[in-house]
Amino acid sequence: MASRVQQGGRPGGSRFSQFKLVLLGESAVGKSSLVLRFVKDQFDDYRESTIGAAFLTQTIALDETTTVKFEIWDTAGQERYKSLAPMYYRNANCAVVVYDISQASSLDKAKAWVKELQRQANENIIIALAGNKLDLVTENPDKRAIPTADAEQYAKEAGLLFFETSAKTSENVKELFTAIAKKLPLDQGGPRNIRSGPRQGVDLRPEASSTVGASGCNC
Amino acid sequence: MEDVAPEYDLVVLGTGLTECVLSGVMSVKGKKVLHIDRNDHYGGEAASINIEALFKKYGNYGPGEEPWKKYGRVNDWNIDLVPKLLMANGELTNILVSTDVTRYLEFKQIAGSYVQQGNGPKATVAKVPSDAGEALRSPLMGIFEKRRARNFLEFVGSFKQEDPASHKGLNLSKCTMKEVYDKFGLEASTRDFIGHSMALFQTDEYINAPGMAQETVERIRLYVNSMARYGKSPYIYPLYGLGELPQGFARLSAIYGGTYMLNTDIDEILYENNKVSGIKATMKERGEPGDGMKFQTKCKKIIADPSYFPGKVQVVDHLLKAICILNHPVANTDNSDSLQLIIPQSQVGRKHDIYIAVVSSAHNVCPKGYYIAIVSTIAEGSSNHHLELQPGFDRLGRIEEKFMGPAIPLYEPLESGVNDNIFISRSYDATSHFETTTDDIRDIYRRAEGQELVVEGLRDGQNLVAEE
Ligand SMILES: Cc1cc2nc3c(=O)[nH]c(=O)nc-3n(C[C@H](O)[C@H](O)[C@H](O)COP(=O)(O)OP(=O)(O)OC[C@H]3O[C@@H](n4cnc5c(N)ncnc54)[C@H](O)[C@@H]3O)c2cc1C
Ligand SMILES: Nc1nc2c(ncn2[C@@H]2O[C@H](COP(=O)(O)OP(=O)(O)O)[C@@H](O)[C@H]2O)c(=O)[nH]1
Ligand SMILES: [Mg+2]
Repeated sequence: MASRVQQGGRPGGSRFSQFKLVLLGESAVGKSSLVLRFVKDQFDDYRESTIGAAFLTQTIALDETTTVKFEIWDTAGQERYKSLAPMYYRNANCAVVVYDISQASSLDKAKAWVKELQRQANENIIIALAGNKLDLVTENPDKRAIPTADAEQYAKEAGLLFFETSAKTSENVKELFTAIAKKLPLDQGGPRNIRSGPRQGVDLRPEASSTVGASGCNC
Repeated sequence: MEDVAPEYDLVVLGTGLTECVLSGVMSVKGKKVLHIDRNDHYGGEAASINIEALFKKYGNYGPGEEPWKKYGRVNDWNIDLVPKLLMANGELTNILVSTDVTRYLEFKQIAGSYVQQGNGPKATVAKVPSDAGEALRSPLMGIFEKRRARNFLEFVGSFKQEDPASHKGLNLSKCTMKEVYDKFGLEASTRDFIGHSMALFQTDEYINAPGMAQETVERIRLYVNSMARYGKSPYIYPLYGLGELPQGFARLSAIYGGTYMLNTDIDEILYENNKVSGIKATMKERGEPGDGMKFQTKCKKIIADPSYFPGKVQVVDHLLKAICILNHPVANTDNSDSLQLIIPQSQVGRKHDIYIAVVSSAHNVCPKGYYIAIVSTIAEGSSNHHLELQPGFDRLGRIEEKFMGPAIPLYEPLESGVNDNIFISRSYDATSHFETTTDDIRDIYRRAEGQELVVEGLRDGQNLVAEE
């Protein structure tokens, strides 16, 4: 398991950090599709729920010396009946809260998820709001149910990053994740509440024999 | 709110560890699972809760008081309701690794395993020796007894069923443990700590039961091998508390298509030809206006914890449990941040052992400077339960808060479930580890599926992590 922020200097001064990112939002707004686009650059119109793929990683190079690795937790459908476990929010460094710009009610739901994040997650979590299915209104402007300005206004007030995206055409998807990466505290002594350094616990795999990581045991 | 599917292979009621492991395993094996809990949180009886919720559960404070406020941020507390630890080489660890649920969790060692010898002011607390070398250094035995104990532990360590030379002339599958102890000439007090703090028997019934020698030796080997794994104790524990375990398995189930509904009451169980055929239920959040979402769905089988079928279970024992908050480590335990301390029954004139499990801020279950100690045993009388736990409290020193309710009934199902396809789990028992829980998981799987649960290789060919 690697859900720890790992930060490390490499010879030559390059930086590498790892962060846990969670997705939230109403069912069917396109959370899994955004992840699939970001991680595999794929899209599937008829994909039902994401079976067996709710834990993905993707790396972004911000510049020649700085890489950010996202460890992405999809909801695995547990948002459908509001049954996400506290474990999901635990130690999340950043979140993408998604709504569907063609569904009027989905922005209100997104706002409720932002509240839930503020209640359950780290206080300094970085949140991005994504209005997804932009391709639908590019094709047919009548389909827009949520004006860009409304969502933008809300995002500004709540201190969220904001993008309108399309998992289908990939518009703004990379931009969304890059903006998050840029906002994350990449330097040592970054956010409080986040355990840094290699995993401190024991490795349960049968082949693993010794106990703790280099900086590990504080006993 | 989306409609619930019209039919499931399996409906699971309750999100305790047993139910969540089964739900996860069944989903991985391709079953369509609907998993329901009447509560607003995961874990049922096996949850970990914060200190405000704990005070509210036990109600031990006056009107208008908010005693949890002096204990820092309530969410820094994750207090287990069931005091158990994982054996490092045990079956739950095996299931966690085989299903990759380890991905969502982080484990730490429990720092020490201790046993009490004697009673009252003369009680000694000492580390449980786990190999021949430790036996020789242990204060639990005199000089000659140490050598006998070393010989015994060497025999256990080298015992191989297929190698008669390692049997020392004993037929373990036939003889009693008494005969084995006699053969090595072990004293009563040594038998006590071996049987209770290594083989982890809660009573002395194992000693004279024919055929128990083999199991006893296997249990001691599990203890010794678990101990050898990480070095300090045979036990490991998940950061943020045991409540993380059911959540991890629920996530596994969801990833493989399982549907999760908390806050959902079962209104009716439907039957056809004496077999379960479906459920009627209502999902409604606490405080939510209106009637909630009523639905009905078909299912072939139900797996449930005992609280969902009070008419199909019986009480087998009563568990006594006190959750204690301390602001100091437990005396005579090398200032360990976590430990298990077993008080074998005969040392304090009882029939059942008293267990103490201690965890602390090292496991992210409380703020720095605090320790959570849970004292538990099986009730032997119908009153004065506090006195039954007293030898345990005596070990703890000053106690900041003590949470102790009435004796907790432990249930088991009346029937196997093959007649009505309703498979009911057992309550979490008084043992200090999860080995009996995984026995129950295997048993339910066998009853429900008619075959053994095989977890090894479950994840083979299942690629949960994308390549980078
Ligand atoms: C038409 C009909 C046919 C039946 N046929 C059979 C049959 O062939 N064989 C058979 O064994 N039984 C049958 N039953 C059920 C039987 O009458 C009993 O209800 C059943 O055996 C359980 O009894 P109980 O005393 O355990 O549950 P009760 O205490 O009567 O409760 C009913 C059920 O609902 C559950 N429950 C109660 N409250 C909640 C809650 N808040 N949340 C979740 N679950 C809850 C209980 O655990 C229990 O399973 C039938 C019932 C009906 C209505
Ligand atoms: N047109 C369009 N459809 C999308 C887009 N993103 C997702 N979808 C579709 O919306 C449905 C729900 O997507 P999914 O990713 O499963 O949503 P989730 O429940 O939020 O994870 C699927 O049919 C997707 O194909 C998008 O950007 N444009
Ligand atoms: Mg999804």
